[in-house]
Amino acid sequence: MTSPFRTPEGGRIDRATTVEFTFDGETLTGHPGDTLASALLASGRHRVATSVRLGRPRGVAAAWAEDPGGLVQIEEPFPEPMLLATTVELHDGLAAHGLPGQGRLADVPDSARYDAVHHHVDVLVVGAGPAGLAAALTAARAGARVALVDEQSEAGGSLLSGTERLDDAPALQWVAAAVAELAGHPDVLHLQRTTAFGSYDDGFVLALERRTDHLGAAAPKHVSRQRVWRIRARSIVVATGAHERPVVFADNDRPGTMLAGAARTFLHRYGVLPGREAVVFTTNDSAYDAALDLSRAGVRVQAVVDARPEGSPRRGECEHAGLRVLSGAVVTGTRGTERVTHALVAPFADGQVGASTAIGCDLLLVSGGWNPAVHLFSQARGRLRYDEVLGAFLPGEELDGLAVAGSAAGVFDLAGCLADGQRVARAALSALAVPPAADDRLPAAPAPVVPAAPVVLWRVPDTSGAEGTTSFVDLQRDATVADIVRAVGAGLRSLEHVKRYTTIGTAHDQGKTSGVLTSGIVAELLGVPVQDTGTTTFRPPYTPVAFAALAGRDRGRLFDPERVTALHEWHVAAGAVFEDVGQWKRPRYYPQPGEDMAAAVLRECAAARTGVGILDGSTLGKIDVQGPDAAVLLDRLYTNLMSSLKVGSVRYGVMCGVDGMVIDDGTVLRLAEDRFLVLTTTGGAATVLDWMEEWVQTEWPDLRVHCTSVTEQWVTFPVVGPRSRDVVGSLFPDVDVSTEAFPFMTWRDTALEGVPVRLARISFSGELAYEVYVNPWYAVAVWERLLEAGRPHGITPYGTETMHVLRAEKGYPIIGQDTDGTVTPHDLGMAWAVSKKKPDFIGKRSFTRPANADPLRKQLVGLLPVDRQTVLPEGSQIVEFRADGELPPPPVPMLGHVTSSYRSAELARPFALALVKGGRERIGDTVHVPVGGTLVPVEVTGAVLVDPEGARRDG
Amino acid sequence: MQLIPCPWCGPREEAEFSYGGQAHVPYPDSPAELSDEEWAHYVFFRANPKGRFAERWNHGAGCRRWFNAIRDTATYRFERVYRLDDPKPGVTELARSREEGTAP
Ligand SMILES: [Zn+2]
Repeated sequence: MTSPFRTPEGGRIDRATTVEFTFDGETLTGHPGDTLASALLASGRHRVATSVRLGRPRGVAAAWAEDPGGLVQIEEPFPEPMLLATTVELHDGLAAHGLPGQGRLADVPDSARYDAVHHHVDVLVVGAGPAGLAAALTAARAGARVALVDEQSEAGGSLLSGTERLDDAPALQWVAAAVAELAGHPDVLHLQRTTAFGSYDDGFVLALERRTDHLGAAAPKHVSRQRVWRIRARSIVVATGAHERPVVFADNDRPGTMLAGAARTFLHRYGVLPGREAVVFTTNDSAYDAALDLSRAGVRVQAVVDARPEGSPRRGECEHAGLRVLSGAVVTGTRGTERVTHALVAPFADGQVGASTAIGCDLLLVSGGWNPAVHLFSQARGRLRYDEVLGAFLPGEELDGLAVAGSAAGVFDLAGCLADGQRVARAALSALAVPPAADDRLPAAPAPVVPAAPVVLWRVPDTSGAEGTTSFVDLQRDATVADIVRAVGAGLRSLEHVKRYTTIGTAHDQGKTSGVLTSGIVAELLGVPVQDTGTTTFRPPYTPVAFAALAGRDRGRLFDPERVTALHEWHVAAGAVFEDVGQWKRPRYYPQPGEDMAAAVLRECAAARTGVGILDGSTLGKIDVQGPDAAVLLDRLYTNLMSSLKVGSVRYGVMCGVDGMVIDDGTVLRLAEDRFLVLTTTGGAATVLDWMEEWVQTEWPDLRVHCTSVTEQWVTFPVVGPRSRDVVGSLFPDVDVSTEAFPFMTWRDTALEGVPVRLARISFSGELAYEVYVNPWYAVAVWERLLEAGRPHGITPYGTETMHVLRAEKGYPIIGQDTDGTVTPHDLGMAWAVSKKKPDFIGKRSFTRPANADPLRKQLVGLLPVDRQTVLPEGSQIVEFRADGELPPPPVPMLGHVTSSYRSAELARPFALALVKGGRERIGDTVHVPVGGTLVPVEVTGAVLVDPEGARRDG
Repeated sequence: MQLIPCPWCGPREEAEFSYGGQAHVPYPDSPAELSDEEWAHYVFFRANPKGRFAERWNHGAGCRRWFNAIRDTATYRFERVYRLDDPKPGVTELARSREEGTAP
């Protein structure tokens, strides 16, 4: 029998079905409805893990997400680190082992799917315990759109852990009826296994639904494993219950030490006896239920140790059941190695601890009171207040749209929780102007027994001689009372500082059990009220969420949209190597068999310079600017004059910010008196459209002009090289392609078998070139016709790398690569593109700022490595030797940096563009570029290295 | 994720919007007549108050329109959104709209 601690009957487990699992290599059994923790406890196993820093044995210390002890690594069905044995639902084939504090990420890809769902509701209720169910029923009956989410496998909350009765029947019968009633409302979404882990602005809550984790290998493949619910609620009811708080004493981390309420959960929900002989240590009445229930189930309760001198009114109940109650006593420590063997019990009065007696036990239950789970309230920036009686932080203010109900608000009796849930839901409905339903009955709960006041006790003075070094506050971080003493002794006063100094609250559980203890102990050490110490900030997520779940479907190819041109399939078939340009996939080069990039690019460049090449330039940004004032707008935004451009002509233009720095460049085609086609850089397309819109809307709403992106309405194929005229002329015989009839910087419309085509004499290479524009629908057809027409001339498709080399050889900058937002048109040597006639345009006034007249501004120049071999790495710094031939002492002044660098077929050597201080004055000088460990001498040249006279553009 | 009330579209998630800095900083009528210092104030200098601030916003992933807003930079609360051609709301007007519950 592998489950000697399983009760003969009871619990919410399916005893008719047995599932097999392995833990630390041992094969064990359990039942559906078990957690890994309950199945381990049923087999008699308390020790689960080993602590991270000290290597101490650690075990299951709670029954759900607040457990600081039972950290496991799952191996099957899929490797996952750092899960809690208490929250892993058991299934057949589960394989896990205990962790030494840290886990191991999977080294195989996660094949599961993750997803996200958006949902909008009137009322979101978090927690399906008595308060949450009452709130959800109230809202649903009123006809509101409701979502009820709960992190457990079934509804009921604390009712799953006890023996409470409602309407004279077991309370879980009411839970089942409530769930059934909610299911009958069409506008109610009820999700179990769903943890609301973060509350954000304006009623926005994120919740993680675990859909198939509990099914193991039986999980259907078509269902996502987990999904994130993005819920927007007009009103939120937080009914998240409370976490029991331990008391700190020496060796309080020994496996077998457990929160009293957790023992009750294991008994009633899972049918597990967490031990045979128990000592119960408490500061309040709630642990008496655990003592009595366990005793009834056959556990020998050796003693109930109550820190209160007057004890509890429930003493008689215990004594009637034969339990010994020691009032005015505390547990000062434990004995044992892998498991508690003795609790050390001593009298306790006025803060003084007497002599200890060892009481034999294999289970030590502890209750130091209850901390309301105020996480979601606090995340929504709700202020907390410290309650002196409960020794806990409660919601301290009303928030718009978020209210706390039940034990999360400090209401701890069943009748009170039901009433509170209803009250809060009605208040939420009232704020939404929804009247409550006429029949809004909640079940009758027995009159609550008024509990005796608890005593607030954070820690038992350490009489073991260990001076608090074994009195654990945060088990997951192995942080002790001694660590807090040291932090306070080092002068730390703020709880946030103590947290960072001791690491308390920074582990997997984010301080669910340790946080308030730390507040209390720090306040005690500083002699200040706990209210003044406060808590550390609660931040999402409430419990750990896997990155895979947050990523959802937005991974791999769906991480970011991929934009492809109409020719993409052709490029793929042609063997293109692609590069990412923003979201675009662009062919970088087309290697032939045996070619590397360098060889391919040299071949492609030579074709464009000596024969004819063709590029897919469709990603170029295109903006259609229309309206009677279109020319006025462009005159204001470009540095040069656009209004004087004739219909049928093209002009290059530069755009600056108000600071005078270049933000984009491109060519502008005048299509009509009131219509322009503005071409932008590939990366600048959206920015330039936004820029135009901003000015038109915010400054010049009187301009009659509209701007529309037409980037994807036209494909663009530059046909480039001395033979381009032959190719274009033969394909479009009705166009006179001579320089006289079709000069540089003009455009013409034509047609190919009825398909409209636009041709433009624009050159980004310095060569004779015709850009061919056509509707993307005809992209492949026109591209293939161009290739066919170019075959006699050896037409060569080229990619972005060749495009860059060709433009750099001509000194044409790429905005954003050769510039960085601190570069004026003058720095680029483009004073010719800055109008002197226009009274104003964006950026003009800044050109006369003194900083822009500095002769030492960085200017765009060319660099030629003297060795004719080195391709300077882009981004390299530029330095110069002193007159004596030595480098200046460090830090060596930097003159600038390399912005573009390539191997040139035309020059038969590498070259670069660079921004260099006072660069144009340095033309002819030799400066140095550190490459690897050596200084490469380079000659400074003008930026235009090929055809500086511009003789080639007309062929 | 905060909701921002676009005056044209109504409340939308903040990720649809982009921030445009301080509102009511018009492009100068005659930049050429400004001193370097005056021009620098237009280009570089912006207020950075803690509290109520008139700002420009753009609903870039929605109607693509620019609008102005009065927002509290300490609480992030939008007290008022208004169209570009509306005058900047005064303090008394803001107080009144809050009392009447017409503030967003
Ligand atoms: Zn809008």
